[in-house]
Amino acid sequence: MIKVEKLSKHFGKIKAVNGISFEVKEHENLILLGTSGCGKTTTLKMINRLIEPSGGDIFIGGKNIFEQQPEVLRRGIGYVLQNNGLFPHYTVAQNIAVVPQLLKWDKKRTEKRVSELLEKLHLSTDYLNAYPNELSGGQQQRIGLARALVADPPVLLMDEPFGALDNVTRSKIHAEFKALDELKRKTIIMVTHDVQEAFELGDRICLMDKGKIVQEGTPTELLFNPENRFVKSFLQEQRLQLEFKTIRMYDIWKWLPTQPPKGGAGLAADTSFWSGLEYFKFEAAETINISHKESHEIRSASFEQLMSAFYQYKKQLAHE
Amino acid sequence: MNEQQQTLWDFMQQQSDKLATQTLQHIGLTFVSLFIAVLIGLPLGILISRRQKLSGPVLGVAGILQTIPSIALLGFMIPVLGIGAKPAIAALLLYALLPIIRNTYTGITGVDAAVKEAAVAMGMSKWQVLFKVELPLAMPVIFAGIRTATVITVGVATLASYIAAGGLGEFIFGGISLNNTNMILAGAIPAALLAILFDFLLSRLQKLNLKKVKTAATAMPFVLILLSSFYLLPSAYGSKLKAGFTPEFMGRQDGNLGLQSKYGLNIRTVVISDAVMYKAAYEKQLDVISGYSTDGRLKAYDLVVLDDDKKIFPPYYAAPIVRENSLKKFALLEKILNLLAEKINDSTMTALNYKTDYLHQSPERVAKDFLVANKLWKPARNGNNGIVRIGSKIFGEQYILASIYSMLIKGYSDYDVVTKTGLGGTKICFDALTNDQIDFYPEYTGTGLLAILQPSPKTIDSLTHSKEATYNYVQKEFEKKYNIKWLKPVGFNNAYALMMRKKQAKDLNIKTISNLKRYLEIK
Ligand SMILES: Nc1ncnc2c1ncn2[C@@H]1O[C@H](COP(=O)(O)OP(=O)(O)O)[C@@H](O)[C@H]1O
Ligand SMILES: [Mg+2]
Repeated sequence: MIKVEKLSKHFGKIKAVNGISFEVKEHENLILLGTSGCGKTTTLKMINRLIEPSGGDIFIGGKNIFEQQPEVLRRGIGYVLQNNGLFPHYTVAQNIAVVPQLLKWDKKRTEKRVSELLEKLHLSTDYLNAYPNELSGGQQQRIGLARALVADPPVLLMDEPFGALDNVTRSKIHAEFKALDELKRKTIIMVTHDVQEAFELGDRICLMDKGKIVQEGTPTELLFNPENRFVKSFLQEQRLQLEFKTIRMYDIWKWLPTQPPKGGAGLAADTSFWSGLEYFKFEAAETINISHKESHEIRSASFEQLMSAFYQYKKQLAHE
Repeated sequence: MNEQQQTLWDFMQQQSDKLATQTLQHIGLTFVSLFIAVLIGLPLGILISRRQKLSGPVLGVAGILQTIPSIALLGFMIPVLGIGAKPAIAALLLYALLPIIRNTYTGITGVDAAVKEAAVAMGMSKWQVLFKVELPLAMPVIFAGIRTATVITVGVATLASYIAAGGLGEFIFGGISLNNTNMILAGAIPAALLAILFDFLLSRLQKLNLKKVKTAATAMPFVLILLSSFYLLPSAYGSKLKAGFTPEFMGRQDGNLGLQSKYGLNIRTVVISDAVMYKAAYEKQLDVISGYSTDGRLKAYDLVVLDDDKKIFPPYYAAPIVRENSLKKFALLEKILNLLAEKINDSTMTALNYKTDYLHQSPERVAKDFLVANKLWKPARNGNNGIVRIGSKIFGEQYILASIYSMLIKGYSDYDVVTKTGLGGTKICFDALTNDQIDFYPEYTGTGLLAILQPSPKTIDSLTHSKEATYNYVQKEFEKKYNIKWLKPVGFNNAYALMMRKKQAKDLNIKTISNLKRYLEIK
């Protein structure tokens, strides 16, 4: 869907982006991850031509974006800015309706779409006539997202969309974000410097450093097959938590005891190992039941058995 | 105080016609200039916010324009645009430009970069970003600039009366020349009120919510054009010739009022400053002007004085007027000042004035040449036996007289001298004298009688036909009322006079004011 080839951007002597290439498949969520200043924003802005590259090519849906009129291109790409960039002189409704207005939608259609989005984003229609500065940071961020989504563009670019939020609000929005059906049919490139966020939301991650891509792959690949020491050390600090979140019950299935299930509720095998641990914590249960969707088999494990399965899985990865 | 207010009120009622015209002219002048200034300043401000390289030069030039003294700027305009509305509007709009350009520029560049970027990222074109985002967000700052410009323009517009563009300055400067406080206030108070009112209205406009602003913005051009039309409506009555009179001349019995009542002269008239009047006549922008009979420019611009056959212009013999106290303090002063008595006749004075006004010689040089030629000159003794303070009004002849007196005092006594030249009109000079700011200045008998003493019309009528009667009267009254002494007259009579271009006067065979009247009446 999106293809970036040998893309570069030089600001004078600074090589902000230095010959990077990657591809994003349709309906995939690609994360550009890296420390501040590594060139993430610059890369993202080149994709909707807010910045003209020094070299390289970008194709969206097979079409070279530099052969399109920038305004037309941008109206077809949702863009969420780092610090929301809402128009302070527009009401919430007007802010969301910016692109429909540019596309000359009729009033009814716009109104319908705006209220539909508000509902999906759990915002009360009471806010329609409020101005951005009357809203909380989390609400502003949602309006920013609504503005990007309103014309239902196939591509969504997001620059640290949750960066300005406190941790509680952020994890709440993460959950909503994953549940939002609108986003499931979008091809998304999201920029973040937050490793947790990248692992939680990304289908694939491009880890960047000094304008280059160090490694590109799924969260599991980055975690268990780091290409070099940089990748390893980048993830080191939060390694255990990342592993818990990345590994699914499927992955450790073969090390789970085959004894028949005991009573009580269970988890699906496609949930993360992290959810399993949380289950023990919150439900205060002796064992959990895990059900495999394809084979309809149910296995049951105690906390110790679960952890042991995890370590055996890791041991096997290390030998691969 | 109460009495003063009462009379001011009376004055305003008496002159309500003029007051209304001047106020409307003032409003018109302000808004035409402002309208054009916005039309130029706003796009220019937008332009330099786009091309930052231009911002330095453009703001610099606009800034320099604003530091040019208003009178000078008006003066620069005359050779290019003549007199009247055009140069006044041009000068006013130049003043109004800086705050408008600067605030548009700061307003637009001050818009949050993230917001602008968002606008571009949503797919807005350059113009859409400008009109939907930048201008609305910059509007409060731009408005503040327009308010500043308005207040400046209302103020500077008072000076428009110097170049025949009308407005409340006619009362203000007429009042200063005529020593008439009510007249000054009748111009100054409405001008100040206009500034406050416009500022208030604009601040209200700014507070309206966005939707109403849109209506207001559409209505604005119409309102502006309406207000401007007060000014642009052509004056209804015309005549074959056009006269330009100073504000002072306009308000005087021995000026325009006398021309109307005694001669029955009806001529299309504009009010104009003495500084530009002669040139305007020379350049055929005016046909008849009110000048002074000894003015050097008479010679320079080839003008001729029309004979005052009905004797409405009283004698204006120049003589130094001195504080009695000063005469006591400086014992030699009276004798020294009288050295000049009867030494300068009309044509000598005209020639001296010609040297300064037209040949651009300094008053000091002209003074010295004159004294040397008349064997009166003595080198300065550089004494320090007290300081004599000489005043002078703000025109050339007075500078020359002040210089001559200064040299005489320095040469014939051990007094030192300071000259306070350029004390504006009669009122400022005379107030300086009575308040002991100066010791003496050259005054004219007619001015002393009509502008300072202001006796009843009957008394005036009985005096003005005679040079001696007038002199004796003012001498006696000044002594009595102000303890100020009139010394011996210098000799020349710098009376008011109507003048025309020599050639035109000859072609039309106009020699006297009565001739002029008759010519105007021929259909
Ligand atoms: N307009 C610019 N002019 C000069 N340098 C820039 C500009 N924009 C970004 N840079 C530089 O390019 C590098 C990458 O910036 P950016 O893409 O914003 O990083 P990130 O979004 O990963 O924090 C930084 O070193 C930054 O200083
Ligand atoms: Mg960034």
